[in-house]
Amino acid sequence: MKINFNLNGNDRTFETEPNEKVLDFLRRIGLKGVKRGCETGDCGACAIILDGKIINSCMLYTGQIDGHSITTIEGLGDNQNPHLIQETFVDEGAVQCGFCTPGMILATKALLDKTPNPTLEEIKNGLSGNLCRCTGYVKIEKAVVESAKKLGGKNV
Amino acid sequence: MFKEVNKSVKKVDGISLATGKALFVDDQNFEGLLYGKFLRSPIPHGIIKSIDTSEADKLPGVETIIHYFNSSHIPHTTAGQGYPEPSPYDTYMFDKKVRFVGDNVAFIAATSREIAEEAIKKIKVEYEELPAVLNLHDAMKDNAPKIHDEADSFGIFDKDKNLAGGVEVNVGDVKKGLEEAEIRVDYSVDTHYSQHTPIEPHICITYLDEKGRLIIRTSTQVPFHVRRICAMVLETPEKNIRVIKPRIGGAFGTKQEVYLEYYAGKATLLTGKPVKIELTREEEFISRTRHPMYVNVKLGADKTGKIHTINMDVISNTGAYGSHALTVMFNSGSKCLPLYKAENVRFNGKTVYTNLPVAGAYRGYGATQGYAALEQVLDILAEKVGKDPVEIRKMNHIQKGETSPIFKALGEGKEGAETFIKSIKLDEALDWGVEEINWQDRIPYTEKTGRYRKGKGMGIFMQGSGIPLVDMASAFIKINDDGSFNLQVGATDLGTGSDTVLSQIAAETLETTTDNIIIYSSDTDMTPFDVGAYASSTTYISGGAVNNAAEKVKKQIIKVAAEMLETHEDDIELRDTKAFSKKNNTSKTFGDIGKYALYINNQFQIGAIGSHISQVSPPPFMAVFVEIEVDTWTGKIKVLKYVCGVDCGTAINPKLAEGQVEGAIVNGLSYALTERYIFNEKGKMMNGSFQDYKIFNIEDLPELKVKLFPSYEPTGPYGAKSVSEIGINGPIPAIANALYNAVGVRAHKFPMYPEFILNKLEKNG
Ligand code: FES
Ligand code: FES
Repeated sequence: MKINFNLNGNDRTFETEPNEKVLDFLRRIGLKGVKRGCETGDCGACAIILDGKIINSCMLYTGQIDGHSITTIEGLGDNQNPHLIQETFVDEGAVQCGFCTPGMILATKALLDKTPNPTLEEIKNGLSGNLCRCTGYVKIEKAVVESAKKLGGKNV
Repeated sequence: MFKEVNKSVKKVDGISLATGKALFVDDQNFEGLLYGKFLRSPIPHGIIKSIDTSEADKLPGVETIIHYFNSSHIPHTTAGQGYPEPSPYDTYMFDKKVRFVGDNVAFIAATSREIAEEAIKKIKVEYEELPAVLNLHDAMKDNAPKIHDEADSFGIFDKDKNLAGGVEVNVGDVKKGLEEAEIRVDYSVDTHYSQHTPIEPHICITYLDEKGRLIIRTSTQVPFHVRRICAMVLETPEKNIRVIKPRIGGAFGTKQEVYLEYYAGKATLLTGKPVKIELTREEEFISRTRHPMYVNVKLGADKTGKIHTINMDVISNTGAYGSHALTVMFNSGSKCLPLYKAENVRFNGKTVYTNLPVAGAYRGYGATQGYAALEQVLDILAEKVGKDPVEIRKMNHIQKGETSPIFKALGEGKEGAETFIKSIKLDEALDWGVEEINWQDRIPYTEKTGRYRKGKGMGIFMQGSGIPLVDMASAFIKINDDGSFNLQVGATDLGTGSDTVLSQIAAETLETTTDNIIIYSSDTDMTPFDVGAYASSTTYISGGAVNNAAEKVKKQIIKVAAEMLETHEDDIELRDTKAFSKKNNTSKTFGDIGKYALYINNQFQIGAIGSHISQVSPPPFMAVFVEIEVDTWTGKIKVLKYVCGVDCGTAINPKLAEGQVEGAIVNGLSYALTERYIFNEKGKMMNGSFQDYKIFNIEDLPELKVKLFPSYEPTGPYGAKSVSEIGINGPIPAIANALYNAVGVRAHKFPMYPEFILNKLEKNG
């Protein structure tokens, strides 16, 4: 079947099987920043932003993104032009192995887009679906706080 | 003054990770990739009578099925340790016996995951089930079923008693010491199963290159051990194998294990096609685990609280195979006992086989289990002699210039290395922690009432820095035309930041900046040898190798610069990526020097290889304080504040060092409070998902304060010691001590789950 959706700002059309998971689909078309950590919706490594909301792509079928907008980590920035949140994560030491990082950064973006000046509680809530085994979350929390400060309450 | 080390430079691979560009094992496409899956044993112990694959073979897309009856039978260990490994050779690619629920029975490679899964269902296996050992305390009983009765395994301590390993060391006279002690403490704990849960599960892809060599792209801590062990099991020389470790998604010990790569490799050799094995999260829980241990500590002290005698008995459960069986058990003694001075010390350790999931290396490596008992025992002693827990530790812990006979007596499955403490900032960390947690406000549990009761607890800890006289690392550095340097290291960055730390060390020695170092690591064809990332070794051992290589390169640069600037070598000073003639007040950039050496005159490649082993393993030290709140109605423990001071020598990169400690602490907190294996009556782990096996998320994070107390370790690169493991040792005993301080019950079983606490509270009335 064919699906049409907005991928990182561009309208795209793809051929897919109805039973294909969005996680597998995105990786198949080359977006390898979407990671597989559990496939049961529990770790957030596969998280993407769907119409402004953070969601685990391993729990979605491709039909469910037809007609919608999604953002993956590749849509935020690249080595030459990293997004401010990406830079801040690195500056704060919030990246260790980096396997959870794309999901964490997207969760941060979804949070800050909606809540530009989050409380600590809102930060914890916004990132609660993303597991990290390396960092102990301390520096991740700090990176979100700093990102919010630097963005100065603006959505980016 | 340092320029590049002791500085929180940005992680060299940080941006590529944060943008999702960094390549992990699965992020490269392979044409015609096959998917590998295991058929796993449904029974804990039994003999495979027959395997019928005829139905599965017929499935279109099934390329190969490997099992006991069509593969070779080479005893080996999956423990990725140096050669010869101190772990027993008790494992086979496939055996005719299965030894735990989940043991490998057959391996299928097929054109899709679905087909491989379908094929598994079509394989018919006939088993003769045997009685099983499902508890470590049952393993040594006279009538216990023998788990490893095969003829050709070796290195097993006592097959008839299900003993994978055993050791006893004695210093002084422990029996007499305990008999004559004014104060005695006798206390035991049972620590539990747990899993590392790296967010990237185990994964590898194998393929043949254009010359037909087997390439193994794998998420490993030990590329060189992968090559050696795969060569052995696949019966081919090392020269036919290349192992590449790309970015990997966390490891924590579980990837110091070589047990997927040779299955995929075998299938690639048979089919000529690339093969991928990626464990599911559920499988990850029965890949490798932490050794559960029974630990008993008997302590003899005088009335002042001065310790004279320590006896530690350990029974460690290695599960079905003895991966790291001997050494993890050794470490529960060797990384704990030297912390306290005593004239009489005895360590008696046994590692038993059971028909349960296989244990292996896990951050903390036995020390975590040992401290679960030892640091509670210190508190019990303090209470008996009426002293403060901080004071009792200060008066007994090892000091600068001192040694412990245990360093020499207990090594890595054999004798160790005598080690005098040359750097320690433990008392400073203790004093800071006392302030941070308001220790002076601590009151005994007897004065507490109400539903919610707060408590404070503490503990002190040490670990090691690499394995002395065993671990070797090497590094190669060469200069480029522009004065940049390639640094090639066998060392393995697991996400720990070692690529960054090693680049910083190279930059410091070479008098340049970290961004002028191009690091490439962990590729058995392209980088020199390194044992890999384990035993808290990378900064200390691999860092030493980088420093050695850089020193040699520095000498060559000075030589060329002297020639260019027409002066003597001792007139040359290197600074800011330049060479200066002090006398002539002239200079050349490293770019000028690189070009000159490569193109202009007396041409040669400025470059050198450096290796390093250490004679000693200097311990990092740590003081931990915690405040908790216990809900006496539900038994739930809430951690309010966790304070941790660590002496890791010079922190090469303070931010990354803190990150190591924070990560280890949070891992330790959920190990202490929420992580547990639920087994059914066959020893099958029943809760293999993140829904049912709870690791901490960001919402569970308490107030956490980590502070580094830099000492200077003269044997380490720029004064560094290790930092990656020690943090995980703190949570269990510190929280257990706080629990006692809150409600007067002692935790000897873990995790400290609400039911368990409630039960204890009820017993106490
Ligand atoms: S892979 Fe989707 S939530 Fe874990
Ligand atoms: S950085 Fe490794 S899982 Fe988060």
